[in-house]
Amino acid sequence: MTVNMTKGQAISLQKNDGGSLTSVRMGLGWQAAPRRGLFGSRTREIDLDASAVLFADKQPVDVVFFRHLVSDDGSVRHTGDNLVGGVGQGDDEAILVDLQRVPVHIDQIVFTVNSFTGQTFQEVQNAFCRLVDETNGEELARYTLAGGGAFTAQIMAKVHRVGQGWSMTAIGSPANGRTFQDLMPTILPVL
Amino acid sequence: MTAELTRGQNHPLPRARLEIRVSAGTPVVAGATLGDENGKVHGVERVAHPGTPILPGLEVSRQAAADHRLAVDLDAVPDAVHRVSVLLALPAGGQGPARFGSVAAPFVAVTGLDGDEVASYTLTGLEAESAVVALELYRRQSAWKVRAVGQGYAGGLGELFTDQDLPGAHRLAGDIQDAVARALARSVPAPPARTADGDRSRPAAAPAHDSGTAAPQGTGGGVPPTAPYDTQGAQGRQTPAAPGQQAGPQPPQPYPGASQAPGDSSPTGRPSAATGAGPVDYSHPRRQHGAPPPPPPTAPPAAPGKPARPVAGDATGWSMEERLYNQVWGMFEDLARSAAAYRSAVDFADSRMEKELDQILSDPRNRVGGQGDAAREQARARHGQLVAQAREALDRDVAQLAAEAEVVEPALPAAYACWDSPVWHAYRVPMEIPLALRLGDLHLSGADPVRIPMLVRLPLERGLWIDSGRAASLDGSFTDSHEMRRLGLETAVAHAARLLAVYPAGEFTVHVIDPAGSGTQALAPLVETGVLAAPPALGTAGTADVLARLTQRVDLVQMALRGGAPDALPPGLDTSQQLLIVNEFPHGFDDRAVNQLRYLADEGPAVGVHLLLVADREDSAGYGPLLDPLWRSLLRLTPVADDHLADPWVGHAWTYEPSLVPSGSQVLRQILTQVAAARRP
Repeated sequence: MTVNMTKGQAISLQKNDGGSLTSVRMGLGWQAAPRRGLFGSRTREIDLDASAVLFADKQPVDVVFFRHLVSDDGSVRHTGDNLVGGVGQGDDEAILVDLQRVPVHIDQIVFTVNSFTGQTFQEVQNAFCRLVDETNGEELARYTLAGGGAFTAQIMAKVHRVGQGWSMTAIGSPANGRTFQDLMPTILPVL
Repeated sequence: MTAELTRGQNHPLPRARLEIRVSAGTPVVAGATLGDENGKVHGVERVAHPGTPILPGLEVSRQAAADHRLAVDLDAVPDAVHRVSVLLALPAGGQGPARFGSVAAPFVAVTGLDGDEVASYTLTGLEAESAVVALELYRRQSAWKVRAVGQGYAGGLGELFTDQDLPGAHRLAGDIQDAVARALARSVPAPPARTADGDRSRPAAAPAHDSGTAAPQGTGGGVPPTAPYDTQGAQGRQTPAAPGQQAGPQPPQPYPGASQAPGDSSPTGRPSAATGAGPVDYSHPRRQHGAPPPPPPTAPPAAPGKPARPVAGDATGWSMEERLYNQVWGMFEDLARSAAAYRSAVDFADSRMEKELDQILSDPRNRVGGQGDAAREQARARHGQLVAQAREALDRDVAQLAAEAEVVEPALPAAYACWDSPVWHAYRVPMEIPLALRLGDLHLSGADPVRIPMLVRLPLERGLWIDSGRAASLDGSFTDSHEMRRLGLETAVAHAARLLAVYPAGEFTVHVIDPAGSGTQALAPLVETGVLAAPPALGTAGTADVLARLTQRVDLVQMALRGGAPDALPPGLDTSQQLLIVNEFPHGFDDRAVNQLRYLADEGPAVGVHLLLVADREDSAGYGPLLDPLWRSLLRLTPVADDHLADPWVGHAWTYEPSLVPSGSQVLRQILTQVAAARRP
């Protein structure tokens, strides 16, 4: 069951059988820039970066991105920076969230994507972002970035506490910025 | 080139010094008998077994284990001996299997000291037998050969020995089983794959680190960073990569392959790169043998609704030692992160309450009636609720880690164990350098029941500084400076003794500089057992002499390495690792000596010369900032509990407590006596 999400759409991270999700992964994939012939390595690589910002009551508490791969509490982990992209199908970067271990005061986790090398999403082929239930590999939601317009960043989605469980809301707000810090003004209104 | 033998087949042995490896899926007793040309064994003194593990030219394990390495030196075997029979037997009694037919086929391999396999043999087709002659090494026209025998005996060792004409066969069989039962009772039950003694080998294939000269140290994938202790605050949030384990109180995973014998899955493994003629040695410096690692211990199935019970060795690694190391580091990281989650939640709760209380205060409507009080009460309740939730999560994690520590601690090998651990009573001088060394315990306030062994990789990458400065200890009591100096040196002696104990005989040399001679009492265990290279150096002259020799050594080894000619070192140069203990630095040091010490601190670790300074930094205040780089280059430890160490992930201040010998215990002297005895040829 994959939901192709649209802006503002919320899905609850309850499993079909009623159990709550325990571990989710935000995957980001994109196709590497095409090679030129000779001196192919001089091709301008496309480096997209996935980040996750942890909020407690609208205050950023911790950030997981390519320079801080694990949140201090260990609940959110980035699998590592990919600087060039892949074939445009699998996840090139992923952020794993162990929802059970998220500290009690963290109530929202916002996922963002930035183009570190500055290409806009118009120039990037086959870029997508998806949310996967880590326990069984089932894709919960997918977002296609391609055709996202002349922007270099996007606030993808947020995972937030609802009652005892978690829910996810697709956001899809475009923005501009090189790293997540540039996005803070765009993130705050969607919290 | 390995010959895989079938029953009855023989193969020439190219070398006299060999190792015989045994892998069985279950603990077995390994032994050997020495027979004459007719195969007759003349007496019990010709049988190597766990009760009498060492005979001339032969050494077997002291206890039953799933993996054995028997050391054989055929040149040292008496001339009258023409046949060495390697035998395996199942331990009698207990819950273990009683017949080889019910366990996986044992695998034996004859290897050179470099791990190169000469011949191997899988003992298939055994049924009701409980003892078996696996291999025979025999003389044929002054050369030795190996034959795969595989002769089993349903009547056990007694019948086996009778068959070899041994007088008193059955009594000896009984004695052996008694010795094994005693050893089993002593050993730690947790890791079933092997015992602490099971993986010893002679480090012949490791010139890279046993000579103490080559620099690179192996850090395999998934192994935590090698020098992660840092002074507080130096590490921030830009921790590069997450080491090892995943977060969270992971329930140990049952491992389905645990019952499979290591011999069943490609026992030969990768060829050792030590034989290759190429210039690049692709072998892992710490993994000299290509045999597959023993399977990790199996977690007992969890009771429904409860998390699985933790097991020792529940981490990745090529040996139990490496697994335990990774497990300890995993626990360290998990505790650090759990505590970070808790502290962050409490900080947040505090700041939120403060903000709310401020708001209440500034709202004029709250100045009348009980409205303000009610709002304040509510803010406090919200705070309390969040803190309680956070505390609950932390308590859950701490309980899980405490349970894990409870099973891990007794399973730790000597190098990782605290001094009061029983493994020190079963101490034997090791054949191999361990992966790491325990320098003390770490714990975190708020998570008190969990104590994490502080393990640092060997060879040491930084010198150690035992800070004998006058510090207020954590309980607020002041220890006077004289007492601190004594404690400092005592701690240094405990660390040095541990280093001496975990290095193979003769591969670790300790020098002492005690310029004022004030440390005589604390140094007594080292001096009296005779493990020091020379008596502690006294006075300025003695100091200068020791420093000059070590400086020269570092210089020589460096030159040889840079010149690409490590073989060109002068004969007689001691290639073992060197540790220099300096008491009461900088007492007795002139400028030249201070410079030499700084040189040793900078250049020494790469060529196997390490420092262990006992010093109060105040004493060298006269040098000004000149010595700051020296202090920074050393790992600061304290003789009393002190919270000065930061973890590499979130930078909590951990309380460090040195590993000290329990007062009144003789364990230190006993071990050092053994170390000294093992050095004598």
